[in-house]
Amino acid sequence: MGIFSRIKEGLKKTRSGIMGRMEGLFARSSFDDEFYEELEEVLIGADVGVETTMQITDSLREKVREEKAREPQQVMDILKGLLLDILGRDVVPLELSEQKPTVILVLGVNGVGKTTTIGKLAHRYKNEGKKVLLAAGDTFRAAAIEQLEIWAGRAQSDIIKHQQGSDPSAVLFDGVTAAVSRGSDVVLCDTAGRLHNKANLMEELKKVRRVVEKALPGAPHEVLLVLDATTGQNALAQAKVFNEAAPITGVALTKLDGTAKGGIVIAIANELKVPVKMVGVGEGVEDLQPFDPIEYVDGLFTESHTGGQV
Amino acid sequence: MVFENLSTKLQDTLKRLRGKGKLTEKDVDVALREVRLALLEADVNFKVVKDFVKTVKERCLGAEVLESLTPGQQVIKIVNDELTKLMGESVAKLNQSSAPPTVIMMVGLQGSGKTTSAAKLSNLLKKKQHSPLLVAADIYRPAAIKQLQVLGEQLEVPVYQMGQQDPVQTAKAALEQAKRNRNDYVIIDTAGRLHIDEELMAELTRIEKAVNPDEILLVVDAMTGQDAVNVAQSFKEKLGLSGVVLTKLDGDTRGGAALSVRAVTGCPVKFAGLGEKTDAFEPFYPERMASRILGMGDVLTLIEKA
Ligand SMILES: Nc1nc2c(ncn2[C@@H]2O[C@H](COP(=O)(O)OP(=O)(O)OP(=O)(O)O)[C@@H](O)[C@H]2O)c(=O)[nH]1
Ligand SMILES: Nc1nc2c(ncn2[C@@H]2O[C@H](COP(=O)(O)OP(=O)(O)OP(=O)(O)O)[C@@H](O)[C@H]2O)c(=O)[nH]1
Ligand SMILES: [Mg+2]
Ligand SMILES: [Mg+2]
Repeated sequence: MGIFSRIKEGLKKTRSGIMGRMEGLFARSSFDDEFYEELEEVLIGADVGVETTMQITDSLREKVREEKAREPQQVMDILKGLLLDILGRDVVPLELSEQKPTVILVLGVNGVGKTTTIGKLAHRYKNEGKKVLLAAGDTFRAAAIEQLEIWAGRAQSDIIKHQQGSDPSAVLFDGVTAAVSRGSDVVLCDTAGRLHNKANLMEELKKVRRVVEKALPGAPHEVLLVLDATTGQNALAQAKVFNEAAPITGVALTKLDGTAKGGIVIAIANELKVPVKMVGVGEGVEDLQPFDPIEYVDGLFTESHTGGQV
Repeated sequence: MVFENLSTKLQDTLKRLRGKGKLTEKDVDVALREVRLALLEADVNFKVVKDFVKTVKERCLGAEVLESLTPGQQVIKIVNDELTKLMGESVAKLNQSSAPPTVIMMVGLQGSGKTTSAAKLSNLLKKKQHSPLLVAADIYRPAAIKQLQVLGEQLEVPVYQMGQQDPVQTAKAALEQAKRNRNDYVIIDTAGRLHIDEELMAELTRIEKAVNPDEILLVVDAMTGQDAVNVAQSFKEKLGLSGVVLTKLDGDTRGGAALSVRAVTGCPVKFAGLGEKTDAFEPFYPERMASRILGMGDVLTLIEKA
């Protein structure tokens, strides 16, 4: 099932907006200024951002001219190609380290879906027969620990937690150490949501990363930045600043089950060359998928209104 | 600062218009192209931007500019006027019921900040000698009730909950309890939901019917992108929205979603969330926000010099 068509059972939804527009856009017979203007609107409407959009449409004009493309299908293929040049064509999985445990550190601003993504990942690894441990590194937000505990229960995983208000580094240190001694395969480290412009919180994150490394040399093996697909241009700044504090190895794009397209990942891939690895498509344990760039781009162009019919 | 980049951009553009004796349509177009880009980069929805630019252009090309001795000054004023108009012109107060308790419902997408804002609002009311009751009507998110309880405990505000039972019943029962206990405000925290989730949107409608809220606040993350219009429109269609809470304004987002949401719902932004702590909550000052968009201090100097 395509990323955009993964729909929760019983959830009726109406998709409108960019998908239908795209089809209309490529149904036309000439590729004039009006076409490019409309394409710009479609891309900007998907949160790709002005700069990246201009770059894409400029390249498209050039290529269309070079290749003397006239057929809608040809132009569409060129456009898809350009987007895939940016996003990459391969599914890039979360890497498991050669020696266990694999430590995955999960970061992001407030409310994007870090804890939920961890819960879904735990479920996924558990289903693959792995032993999973969750570390409750958000010691700040009210009931963050209880929330992770519920996810640990759902995914039948271990959890290491301290009290609310305690040092997050200490929790994650304990988590990784416990995973080593218990022979866990995967450790998923939750962290508190933080806005990237808060210097003290970003310092805390650097420390968290260092301490995890101290607990297990080579860790964290994956640093996953969680981005909310509804977020606009600010996600680019988030990616840049988080990447400086703790170099990210991948992005998880959540809430793609809504009407937002998360096009900012195109701008991010363009600038930072960080792959999107996972997408969140709902609130249930199963609602996490590997990110397939080809499917994503295809979805951008081919999906039509579902009109509430699922 | 929110909107800082946008205001710098607009100012740079508008500066170029300073000191010109008369504006040609071309001048206006050049300036408005920059305005358009700046607004788009700030995440204002492209359709809202289109309308906005059109309105400004019409006014710019109208007689008032051509007859004006300082057209540059006029353009700046028009952009500022229209932006202020769009944002709403004065602080919008919380609705109050003539027969207490006043019932407030918090709604919005997942993770936008409903629970935190509900707690913050109760804190604000408590400080004004009111007696709020928080109601946990999110039965889906893991530990959502606990989250509200922890916050309520911190603030010494009572929290009503009935576990995972039907949120409609919970809301009704909470209202009864508030009447018994003389709570003059009832703040209902609802689960995050997608605007296209028909089942869960219908649940909100049922809660609305059951408790007839005086205020339904749409909680919107200030970092929201182009989709803000779809979200706001859907919530507006299904519910009697009366206001907006804009959260996470302590970030460095330009916050164009504020303009988009305001434009499609017509509802005033009533509160701003400025941090994770329960006291980081303020009334929303639209004219201040619009001024911030343009960097009003500087705009005023520009106008004086023009
Ligand atoms: N529709 C949808 N909702 C999601 C998705 N991922 C997470 N959510 C919801 O988003 C809300 C926030 O998720 P959390 O996992 O608590 O987010 P977080 O980043 O851990 O939040 P903080 O720890 O408070 O910063 C919850 O209501 C989740 O159920 C998704 O892919 N789709
Ligand atoms: N920096 C900052 N963080 C905020 C603000 N408002 C809320 N948050 C944070 O955003 C995250 C989500 O807030 P919640 O109140 O749980 O959001 P919600 O809308 O209730 O989420 P769901 O119930 O899962 O839909 C938490 O980490 C909050 O601490 C704000 O104004 N500034
Ligand atoms: Mg969390
Ligand atoms: Mg909540």
